[in-house]
Amino acid sequence: MSLNEIGSMVAMQGFSGLSLFTVLLLMALGLAIIFGQMGVINMAHGEFMAIGAYVVYLFSQLTQNYAPGLREVYFVPAVVAAFFVAAAVGYVVEVLLIRRLYKRPLDTLLATWGLSLAMQQFFRSFINPKEVSAELPEWLLGAFNPTPSIQVPRNGIFVMGLTILVTIGVYTLMLKSRWGVRIRATTQNRVMSSAVGINTDRVDRFTFALGCGIAGLAGAAFTTIGSTGPTSGSLYIVDTFLVVVFGGAANLIGTIASAFSIAQAQSLLEFFLTSAMAKVLTLLTIIIILMIRPQGLFTTKVRT
Amino acid sequence: MNLLTKKLSKTDLIGVVVLSAIILVLFPTVFSIFRLNLIGKYLTYAFVGVSLVLLWGNGGILSLGQGVFFGLGGYCMAMFLKLEASDPIATKIQTTPGIPDFMDWNQITKLPLFWLPFKSLTFTILAILLVPAFFAFIIGVAMFKRRVGGVYFAIITQAVALILSVLIVGQQGLTGGINGITDLKTMHGWDIRSDSAKYILYYANGVLLIGCVVFTRWVLSTKFGMLLLALREKEDRVRFSGYDVANFKTLAFCMSAVMCAIGGAMFTLQVGFMSPSFVGITPSIEMVIYTAVGGRMSVVGAVFGTLLVNFAKTFFSEQYPDLWLFLMGGTFIGVVMLFPDGLAGLFERFGKPFLARMTSGKASPKKNDEPTVAVAAALESGGKHG
Amino acid sequence: MQSVFSNHSRGYRGALSLVLPGAFLCVALVSSACNKSSSASTSTDSSAKVEKAATPAATERSTEATGATVLLPPGLEKSTTKASDFPTAKIMTTGLKVDDDSVTVGILHSTTGTMAISETGSVQAEKLAIAQINALGGILGRQIKVIQEDGASDWPTFAEKARKLLVNDKVAAVMGCWTSASRKAVLPVFEKENGLLYYPTFYEGLEQSKNVFYTGQEATQQILASLDWVNKEKGAKSFYLIGSDYIWPRTSMKIARKHIENVLKGTVVGEEFAPLGNTQFGSIINKIKLKKPDVIFAAVVGGSNVAWFKQLNAAGVTAANQTLLTISVTEDEVLGIGGENLTGFFSSMKYFQSLDNPNNKSFVEAFKKMWGEKSVIGDVTQAGYLGPWIWKAAVEKAGSFDVDKVVAASPDIEIKIAPEGYVKVHSNHHLWSKARIGKAKADGQFEVVHESDLIEPNPFPKGYQ
Repeated sequence: MSLNEIGSMVAMQGFSGLSLFTVLLLMALGLAIIFGQMGVINMAHGEFMAIGAYVVYLFSQLTQNYAPGLREVYFVPAVVAAFFVAAAVGYVVEVLLIRRLYKRPLDTLLATWGLSLAMQQFFRSFINPKEVSAELPEWLLGAFNPTPSIQVPRNGIFVMGLTILVTIGVYTLMLKSRWGVRIRATTQNRVMSSAVGINTDRVDRFTFALGCGIAGLAGAAFTTIGSTGPTSGSLYIVDTFLVVVFGGAANLIGTIASAFSIAQAQSLLEFFLTSAMAKVLTLLTIIIILMIRPQGLFTTKVRT
Repeated sequence: MNLLTKKLSKTDLIGVVVLSAIILVLFPTVFSIFRLNLIGKYLTYAFVGVSLVLLWGNGGILSLGQGVFFGLGGYCMAMFLKLEASDPIATKIQTTPGIPDFMDWNQITKLPLFWLPFKSLTFTILAILLVPAFFAFIIGVAMFKRRVGGVYFAIITQAVALILSVLIVGQQGLTGGINGITDLKTMHGWDIRSDSAKYILYYANGVLLIGCVVFTRWVLSTKFGMLLLALREKEDRVRFSGYDVANFKTLAFCMSAVMCAIGGAMFTLQVGFMSPSFVGITPSIEMVIYTAVGGRMSVVGAVFGTLLVNFAKTFFSEQYPDLWLFLMGGTFIGVVMLFPDGLAGLFERFGKPFLARMTSGKASPKKNDEPTVAVAAALESGGKHG
Repeated sequence: MQSVFSNHSRGYRGALSLVLPGAFLCVALVSSACNKSSSASTSTDSSAKVEKAATPAATERSTEATGATVLLPPGLEKSTTKASDFPTAKIMTTGLKVDDDSVTVGILHSTTGTMAISETGSVQAEKLAIAQINALGGILGRQIKVIQEDGASDWPTFAEKARKLLVNDKVAAVMGCWTSASRKAVLPVFEKENGLLYYPTFYEGLEQSKNVFYTGQEATQQILASLDWVNKEKGAKSFYLIGSDYIWPRTSMKIARKHIENVLKGTVVGEEFAPLGNTQFGSIINKIKLKKPDVIFAAVVGGSNVAWFKQLNAAGVTAANQTLLTISVTEDEVLGIGGENLTGFFSSMKYFQSLDNPNNKSFVEAFKKMWGEKSVIGDVTQAGYLGPWIWKAAVEKAGSFDVDKVVAASPDIEIKIAPEGYVKVHSNHHLWSKARIGKAKADGQFEVVHESDLIEPNPFPKGYQ
């Protein structure tokens, strides 16, 4: 094995780790916003991701059936639509369900679990009980070869790019915009914010919808990697929660750091051990670290 | 306040007696052995339901990983039964006779060390009681001493459930993997698959369950029970009053773990196998809903809740398989939003006054339990944000 | 800056929040309606030419047949046996649900849950066979009635429903199960209640029960022949083994390894098992690229299959630069994976929908007539189809529905109308059948490139355990 080959292998493995990192981050961003800012446990988060994936699939079906010529261009509008549809569904869910349960986080957990069951059945009954895949445009297929021995999957690059965009977007929103100020104020001191004139109800609805919209984006990104079925959401939910809790729920930086470390650890372990042991070891390490430092990696001092 | 005088009151006794009558007398007469075996299975889930009443309803500690303890108890019993079913004569067709069949398929030639002690029934029973308690103790100490509670604790218990199920599935040579441990035949020579055995196991299960119900009710009426209630509402004040909160929480957690484990062991005996599909996240959360439906403060209610949800599950998944999950999801949502006190709450609000009126004012409608329920309800619904 | 979310727009936002999900719902319904009438295209190498393949929609994969008359296998005629020739008391002495004009069987598959996508085909095939048998006059003059139960992809539920079918409903036979886990869960029930199970999936062997007939291949019939072929045709010497992490792939790979090392004198350069449901294959693919095996030998199942092949493709691993042989991809799985991700890879099965013989032509036609033009038929589906026919032949040979007599009469029964050509029942309750290698095409079908002789089933191969 030449040095060149080893170098390529390291590069590709590094990319796998980065790829997993962006996947985890995209999933966790939406949840971090909801859980971190609002303290709401949304067990149906995975299903919102599935909504995004199904939207892309439906766009793909429509394109195939009515406008095959649009195959190359439908994807990006589909992803954008996934965001809005998931956000809209999240908005409705917040109004009908979540707002009544703010003081009872454990009950929110149960209620959203019930919601996730209902949503899964909805997918099964009204879309397709089987796993479905969107037909990807050419520019997302195959690999990109910077050198003859390094192959970088194009869909990995796309997901990375999307994640960077979303992270910058969320960062800008949270820290630079008026709405970000409102959201942070409501998180830190709800009563005072309300007294100052911020409509906390509306802020909550918007935040929840935003978190769900990002989940939809994550789901849309996943259509490039795998298939979508009614139970796809539940594959990711525990990992997502752990990423958020590990990172210290109140903090964007925390989420990023947490996703990065978990992804790299799992990727590396997978290379040297078997998949199952890698997963178990990663989970165990997270739990042990959480036992030592239950508030997560990064915290902000918050007055309740 | 009435809380102070809450002992095993007359209402509780009546509740337990009615429950016993239904389980031990009504069901066996009405149902065939096939359906009765199913009910026996549901009643093993009720152990978990009862444990959650103690842990969650009264202690405010939501554990989404009770499947772990159920599974631990079940696997211990399954290991014992499997070893008994794998004696060298019955397994002579294998490459290595004398070891369980799944080990043979995985090319294992010697019984792993940690299986050896399970040849003894005494050890198995001790293991069923002690191993889950030990696990619960470790998790409890690690979490509660660090003041990890509420939502974080729930998520971590989920992660623990996930770890255990991934571990069991991954090590299929040692644990049977995703198939679980199947084909269990006899316990100490007694064939557990015959009809008469099923009847006996059903009654044994029923008696054990009622024992747990009475035990939990008694625990809740002691000072410890009161402390748990206080912990649920205002943990800091209990701490400031000088109690070591972590110890009490851990004790409650261990107690609930042992109860679940007993349920798991009875499950294995009645159904004849154990699989990791009872260990993971989904079954653990489902078991929470049994308690929620029955009324998370009511021990007897938890049993009824379990029976109701499982009956509905069997009935609907046979008749309307497409509709069933919608119903289940709706139950979760409805119970949380509309009926936080579950069946027991409904009974308190409507059933008891009705019964009292029927007995023409001899017993007053105000029972000891009502203030508890009312206070709890007030505390929960109070402080709605706005 | 005047916030755009001012009070005036509250109603506007509210309306929007209802419109968008409503639109989503409409799009979903419209699309599923479109799925019924049109077909989805799976892409090929060039963007201009588009080949159509079948994508049955949710409703099409239902297991309730249309009322149309069923097409019959070639060469069979309606039987003239009358029920009165076989009085019930004589032909059934063990309390089964048989009367003077009907006999009841059970179908036990998952129609909900993760396995539904795989097991639906088996249900359809079994119902087709039963409908054909009934149209030909039934068995011993009696029509077959079906009680169908849903295992819900949950092994304990399988055991419960099996008990219900045998103890409560007293069916004469059960066509059922798909995964090894479900079979292992129901096996004790069948052995205790002395029931009869016809099991259609290719599996790992190492089992032989008096109460089960295995109409799918066992490991040696599928694995050894395919390894021999790839060694001979492609000169393959180094192999990378990858599968999902549970008993069937693990046992299969153990057998494969022994064969590769001892018989083919080749080397296994790596062995990986990914957890069920895993969708991240990046590291594994990198490891494979590092080792550069002659052949990737894959037994990935379920949803992971899709992620696996998509990511292989994305990493630049295609048939042009790597030989891949899989034992877990049938036409059913290709639907989900997408033909474009599989083109040129090889699959080892005993049946492919594209088999060119008169039995298969009429079978495919009858299947499509009953279940829709877009139907795809995989290996397990065909094996499911064989179950009722084998049972019928055994019952007629025994002249009785009693399980012990049927079992005793079963060895050496031949099914000449089998879509795979011809099968024979072995005394070890498995079938003599051929192994075939199919090369995946972009449209979701396979081109059969190799066919072996009839292989004797051997569930306990010496030297491989």
